[in-house]
This record gives sequence, C-alpha cells and structure tokens, in this order.
Amino acid sequence: MSFDEIYNITLMQGFAGLSLFAVLLLMGLGLAIIFGQMGVINMAHGEFMTIGAYTIFLLSSLTESHAPGLMQAYFPFAILCAFIVAFAFGWLAEWALIRHLYKRPLDTLLATWGLSLAMQQAFRTLIGPKEVSPTLPDWLMGSWEVTEGLDIPINGMFVLGLTVLVTGGVLLALYKSRWGLRVRATVANRAMANATGINTTRTDRVTFAIGCGIAGVAGAAFTTIGSTGPTSGSLYIVDAFLVVTFGGAASLWGTVVSAFGIAQTQSISEFFLSGSMAKVLTLLLIVTILMLRPQGLFASKVRR
Amino acid sequence: MDAFKTWLDRSGLASIAILAVLLLVVFPLAMDSFRLNLVGKYLSYGFVAVGLVMLWGYGGVLSLGQGVFFGLGGYAMAMFLKLEASDPQSTAIQSTPGIPDFMDWNQLTALPLWWEPFNSFGFTLFAVVAVPVLLAFIIGYAMFKRRVGGVYFAIITQAVALILTVLIIGQQGYTGGVNGMTDLRTLLGWDIRSDEAKTVLYFVTAALLLASVLLCRWVQLSKLGTLLLAMRDKEDRVRFSGYDVSMFKVFAFCLAAALSAIGGAMFTLQVGFMSPTLIGIVPSIEMVIFAAVGGRMSLVGAVYGALLVNFGKTYFSETFPDLWLFLMAALFIGVVMAFPNGLAGLYESHVKPWLARRKGAAAKAGEPPAGTPGEAGQQASAPASSSPAASHSTQAVAADGGLGIGTKVSSQSA
Amino acid sequence: MSNTDFVLAVEDLTVSFDGFKAIDSLNLYVDRGELRVVIGPNGAGKTTLLDLICGKTKASAGSIKFKNQEMTRLPEHMIVRAGIGRKFQTPSIYENLSVFKNLEVSYPRGRGVFGALGFKCDEAVKAKVDEIADMIGLADRLELEAGLLSHGQKQWLEIGMLLMQDPELLMLDEPIAGMSARERELTAELLKRICRNRSVIVIEHDMEFVARIAHKVTVMHQGKILAEGAMDKVQSDPKVIDVYLGH
Repeated sequence: MSFDEIYNITLMQGFAGLSLFAVLLLMGLGLAIIFGQMGVINMAHGEFMTIGAYTIFLLSSLTESHAPGLMQAYFPFAILCAFIVAFAFGWLAEWALIRHLYKRPLDTLLATWGLSLAMQQAFRTLIGPKEVSPTLPDWLMGSWEVTEGLDIPINGMFVLGLTVLVTGGVLLALYKSRWGLRVRATVANRAMANATGINTTRTDRVTFAIGCGIAGVAGAAFTTIGSTGPTSGSLYIVDAFLVVTFGGAASLWGTVVSAFGIAQTQSISEFFLSGSMAKVLTLLLIVTILMLRPQGLFASKVRR
Repeated sequence: MDAFKTWLDRSGLASIAILAVLLLVVFPLAMDSFRLNLVGKYLSYGFVAVGLVMLWGYGGVLSLGQGVFFGLGGYAMAMFLKLEASDPQSTAIQSTPGIPDFMDWNQLTALPLWWEPFNSFGFTLFAVVAVPVLLAFIIGYAMFKRRVGGVYFAIITQAVALILTVLIIGQQGYTGGVNGMTDLRTLLGWDIRSDEAKTVLYFVTAALLLASVLLCRWVQLSKLGTLLLAMRDKEDRVRFSGYDVSMFKVFAFCLAAALSAIGGAMFTLQVGFMSPTLIGIVPSIEMVIFAAVGGRMSLVGAVYGALLVNFGKTYFSETFPDLWLFLMAALFIGVVMAFPNGLAGLYESHVKPWLARRKGAAAKAGEPPAGTPGEAGQQASAPASSSPAASHSTQAVAADGGLGIGTKVSSQSA
Repeated sequence: MSNTDFVLAVEDLTVSFDGFKAIDSLNLYVDRGELRVVIGPNGAGKTTLLDLICGKTKASAGSIKFKNQEMTRLPEHMIVRAGIGRKFQTPSIYENLSVFKNLEVSYPRGRGVFGALGFKCDEAVKAKVDEIADMIGLADRLELEAGLLSHGQKQWLEIGMLLMQDPELLMLDEPIAGMSARERELTAELLKRICRNRSVIVIEHDMEFVARIAHKVTVMHQGKILAEGAMDKVQSDPKVIDVYLGH
C-alpha cells in the first residue's frame, strides 16, 4: 500500500466517521443537556432516537403512497416532525415518570431503563420486529468525488450539516434565549432560581423534552446511514453516555470534542482491525482515560 | 426465651433459617429434578443479587456490570469443563484433535497458552474467584480513589460489560464467540448432565448461597457494615473520622464481584453452557432488578427476588412472550416509584405490623408479646429522623428494621 | 522552613478557585494547648481555611505543618490519623445510629477494611465511650437514636465523636450556631475543659462567646489575616472596626 492510498483511506474512513460523529453528537447533546440540568441519566434516550427514525420512515411511506410528487421535498419537513414527535413523548415521560425521581439519580437510571424496555416492546408490537428503511430523496444518494480515489458520500455531508445546525441552535438557545437563561440559572442554583420566580418544574420539563427532541433529530440522521429496528437506539446508548462523561458532563463543548474523538477512533481503527476489535479498543481507551481523569476532558474547578 | 427471640430477630438468623428450610427441605421434596435444576439456575443469580445488596443497598454504589463478574466466573468454570470434554478420543474427527471444537472450527492448531492452566481443577477454582476480584479491585481502586461514584460509576461498569461481550463475540477462536461454550459434559469424570448430578449440584448451590448470605450478614453486623451504611449518608464524616472511605467501597465491590463469580460458576455447572448473551448490558441490569424486587437492603429478600423474577421470566416469556418485556418494564418502574425497598420493605411495613396486631389481639388477656412495643417505636422513629435530603435513604434503613442496626434503639426506647 | 514548637504552622497558604483567591498567602501559628478563635465577615475564607488544614480542599501553594510534619499532600484520613479533628458547620452525625454507636464507630481502632471486620467493642472501647459521653453530657442518652437529639446535643455529639480519637488539634466550625443561651454556656465550659490537653481552633461569630473562650483571636478578611492578638486589643483595632462597620 502506498502512502497516497493510506492517506486517502484514512481520509475516507474519517469522512465515514463523520456520520457516526453526527449521530453520537446529537445523542450526546440531548443527554448532556438533560444530565447537566437535572442530574438525570436517561436510559431511554436511545428509544427517543428510534422514535425519530420511525417518524421519518412513516412520513416517507405516507408520501410515497399519497403524494409521490413530493418525494424530493419531504425530508426536511420529516426531520422537523421527528423533533416534534420525540419532544412530545419526552414531555409525557417527564410528566409521568422523571419528575417523581429527582434527587434519586440511580433510581431514575433504573426507571428509565424500564421505560426503554416498554418502548422497545411497543415498537415491536405496533410497527413490527423487522428493520425498516425510509425511501430517501435522490439528492441524498451518491457521492462526491473530490479527487481520484477519494469519494465523500453526500448523505454524510448532509447529516453533518444538520448536526452543525442543531448544535449551533442549541448553543444559541442556551446562551441567548430566556429558556437558556432559566436553564443555566437552575443548573447553578436550583433553590435560588426557584426563589427568583423561575418555574423550575416547567424548565425541567421543557429541557427534558428538548433533549428528547434532539434525540429524535439524531434518529432522522440515523436513517441515512442504517435501517431502523426496535432495538436500534439501544446500540448507541452506551456510546452516547461515554460521549457525555468523556467530554465532562457540564461542558457542551466537551461533548462535541469527545463525540468527534470517539467516532474517529472507532471509524479509523475499524479499517485496520475487525469491527468488534475496533469497538473494544475504542471503549477500552475511553474507560482507561476516564479512570485516570474521571472528571472528563473539560471540567471547571469549583469550590465544593 | 424473649432474649433469644430478640437476638434471632436482630441478627436476621430467623429469616435465614426459614430460607434454609425452604431451599434444603421444601423445594427438594416438592420438585422433580428438572424443576429443581431450574431453581438451582435461579439461585445462581441469587449470588449476584446478594452481592448487590452489599454493594448497592449497603455501600450505596450501583454497578450495572455485575454480569461481567458472573461471566468471568462462569467462563473460567466453562473453560475447565470444555477442556475436559475435548480429550483426543472424543475430538478425533477434528483436524487438530484435543482442542475445543470452536478452536478447531476457527483454524487454531494448538491450545492458546492462557488456556493451559485451566487443565487444573484447583487453578480453575482459584481463578473463578481471583480473576473477577482482581478486575473489580482495579476498577474500584481507580474509580473510588478518585471519588467517582453514582451514575458515573454505573456508566463505566456498563461500558465494561459491553467491552467484555464484544470481546468474547469478536474473539471466536478463543472464546467460542456468540454461541458461547457449549456441550460441557463431565466434571472430573462425573457426568453433570445426569439427574443425580443435577440434584447434587442443586444442594451445593443452595448451601453455598446460604453460606454467602451468612457471610454477608456477618459483614453487615461488623463495624464495617455500620461504616458502609454511615458512609452512604455522611461520607465526609466517615472520612474525617480517619477512615479511608474508598477502600471500604473497593471491598464491597470485590465482595460483590466474588459472589457474582461463584454464581456464574454454579450456573455453568448446572446449565451446562456459558454464553455472552448471559452477561452483557441487558442481563447485567436485570440482575439489579433481582435485588431491587427482593429489597435492596435485605440479603434474604434478594434471594427471593432472584427466584421470583426468574420464575416470572421463564413462565411469561414462554406463555406470553409479548407481555414479558412490558411486565419487566413495569417491574423496573414500579419497584423504583412505589416500592423502593422491594418485597422486604413490604414485609416490614405491612405484614409485620399485621402479624404483630394479630398476636397482640390474641394475647390481649395475658401479657403483651415482647416484639410489639419495639415495632411501634420503630414506626414512630422513622419519620422523626428523616431530613428532607436524606429521607429516601433513611426510609431504607428504617425498613431494614428487624435485621438492621436501628432495632437496638427502638427496643430500648419503647 | 525549620522546625518549630507550634502544633500548627501555616505558611504562605494560597488557594484559588478559577482565579479567585479564597485564601491569599496566609500565615497562622497555633501553640500547644491554645484555644484560638478565628473571626471575620462572611466570605473572609474562614471555612476554606479549615477545609485546607483538614485536606478537604487542596492548597494551590504554601505549607501546612502539623507537629512539623507537612500535611498538604496527605489524603484526608491520614491527616485525621495524624491527630487533626474537624467538626462541620451543620451537625454531621449518623442519625440512624444510637448515640453509643456514633461514638463507638469513631473509636480509633479497626480503621482498615479487615480491622473493621474484626473490630470488637471491648471494655476499653466501652470505657472510652462512657468517659466521652459523660464529658458531653449525653451519658443518659446513650441508647437514643442520634437523629432524635436536640440540635445542641447533636453538636455536642459531633464534638464527642472527635474527642473519641484524642486529636491534638481540634477544629470547630461555628459550634454554637442555633444553640440556646443555656446550651452556649455549657458549650463554653466544654471547650475550656477539652483544650486542657490539646489545641483548638474555633470559627465563631458571637463576640460575647468569643470573649468568653478565646486565648487569642485571629481576624480574617478577604483571604488574609487582618489582625491577631488578645480579644480586647483586636476589638479596638481600627482596621478591624473598619471591616466590620465599613460595609
């Protein structure tokens, strides 16, 4: 293998890793917001991603059978729907379950695991155990040949663009909007935020729902790189947790960096090792680093 | 007589004795060897649940990776049995006779070096406990010394469970891959598939489990048990009383790992195989629910929890496979939201007062029984001592009542 | 620096949290058998100082020597074993355990994992518990669940738990906060008794109480020491008056 080939392969695997990066980042972003705000680990987060993916699939089937002429245009609209549907279910879950369990993080972990089991079985009963794929618009297919021997898939680029958009939007909302201000106030001092008239109960619910909504968008991104089954979400949940802890739970910037690092390590080592050994290597690396530096990559020093 | 009764109640020996009668007398008399073997399989999960009571209930540390230790113990035993089953005569049709079949299928031509020691039964028994404990020590030492706990620890242990399963599945030639190690036949020449062997193995499992419960009870009653509970609520006070808090957590983690590993080894012996699907993320978190259903503070409760949940799993997943996951989901949510202390908690809060009332009514003419006023004191003292922040954990200790340290106080103050 | 006769010698101690210096090159010397009171306005760094000495917070720079032994690098439990006891601002006791158990658990034996497994409550332990319970006025409450004690009694119990370990330096963070007048009096008596054979550092706001117990007073302000000396001298110091009244 010449150097040029290795260079091209590394670059291509790197671009392939970008799709994984996008899904991990969108998953991690939702988790990080929820964890940072409420100290809640949402084990059902993967299932909210699956909800998003199924929404895309349903809309694509509907469009195909009722309005085939709109096939080229439905996708952006479907992404929005994926967000809204996942948001709505997140809202419901927070109201029915999560709000009773604040201050008991380990119990929340178990309860949301129960929720994820129920959701998986619901998918299996309502939609079916088989994996499904939406029909994607033609403009998402194919690849862009930059130079000889270097192909970059278009769906990867699209997903990356979507991720940048969502991440930017979240950061903007968190630091510029009233909601963001309320969230940051609640994170800093819940009792004080309450005393100054911030409705923390409502802030919690909105935050949880937004986190789930972003997972729905992650599901939309996921449909471009794989097919969706009842347990698709659970394949990503551990990785998404590691993205959040590895980045330093309170730091969104850390989430971005660690999602990128994990996705790239996984993707590039996949070419040189078998898929499972690449996974083992990546996970082992993260766990070892977390043992040596448990606060994650980015953490602020605060008097405790 | 009353003093003896109080002592029995306080040490928890009475409930352990009832469990012993159930496991060693009632079950063997009431069941055929097939069902007994099934119960034996459930009991091997009981080891994990008992370990989780020590780690999670007492130590306040939740591990979502107990399947790792269950698996390491189970695989160590399976490796020994597999080697015994792979003698040159019975593997003569292989291209390399004398090595396990899956190695042959994966073009291995010699036994890997790290498999060699598992030819020795003594080494295997040692490895069943030592390997998981060593791993637990390394993980625990690294995490607890750096004050990592709570959800972080849970996530790391879950990642370890994922790593181990992916590794086992990926390294098919060395581990048997996703099928696991199957076709295990004899233990030192003794056919473990016969009905007689299954009955003997059941008794060994039950006896080991009871011994483990007694050992853990002894730890709970020692100063170490008191410190574990104290740490859960006031970690800083324990630390600033000169104790190295992290080492106590490491101990609890290692103890839980050792128990899980013994359970795994007994599982392999009774079921005749070990596979990665038994030890991954999903089974690991299910093991937590055994302890949660039984009551995270009660050793005996954890055994009942393991029995009940596994019985339910066998029954429902055969009869109503669609319903089983919903039921499991309801179990997770219900036990957390409505019954945080599981069956043992229900017993303490409902059955015991009812029993006491009945006894009280029967004995109204004569002397009131000794237990009753103490019970009342226990009930009254629980809410008084709960501060808003610690109310959940306080409740857990109070519910431990008859077994725990609170009893001494309540029987005196009444 | 060279060895000294001080039981505690803090020199050039600094700690910063993201650039904010909570303690700024502070020096503090405490004699054997001395009862020192540290006062100062809110945010002066008093509690942080105690956190640094007992190892709860790690220093950014400087040294803390206890009996000429460097403490800044030791883990918390080793600092305790060296002989430094720390009482927290809010009573920190094991609410679910009896008073007896609270004291017994604090007895300095069986501190390792296996030591704790093999620990037996023998006559020596019982005698020590009785002695301390007598000292803190809880001798008739030994079997009571600690959570049922009054606020003042909880404070005493925590002091008693520290005394079980016979520390040579005892640090108390606002020990009389929330106490009745009668309880304050008793606490003052208790403090006078326990500093007979050890040094004590007390953080306190109540000036009347300070005047009653202090051998020497240290005034802290913005992470530094503003004044040090006898109570009446410190009280008439114009700098101190300025800090307390100027805000």
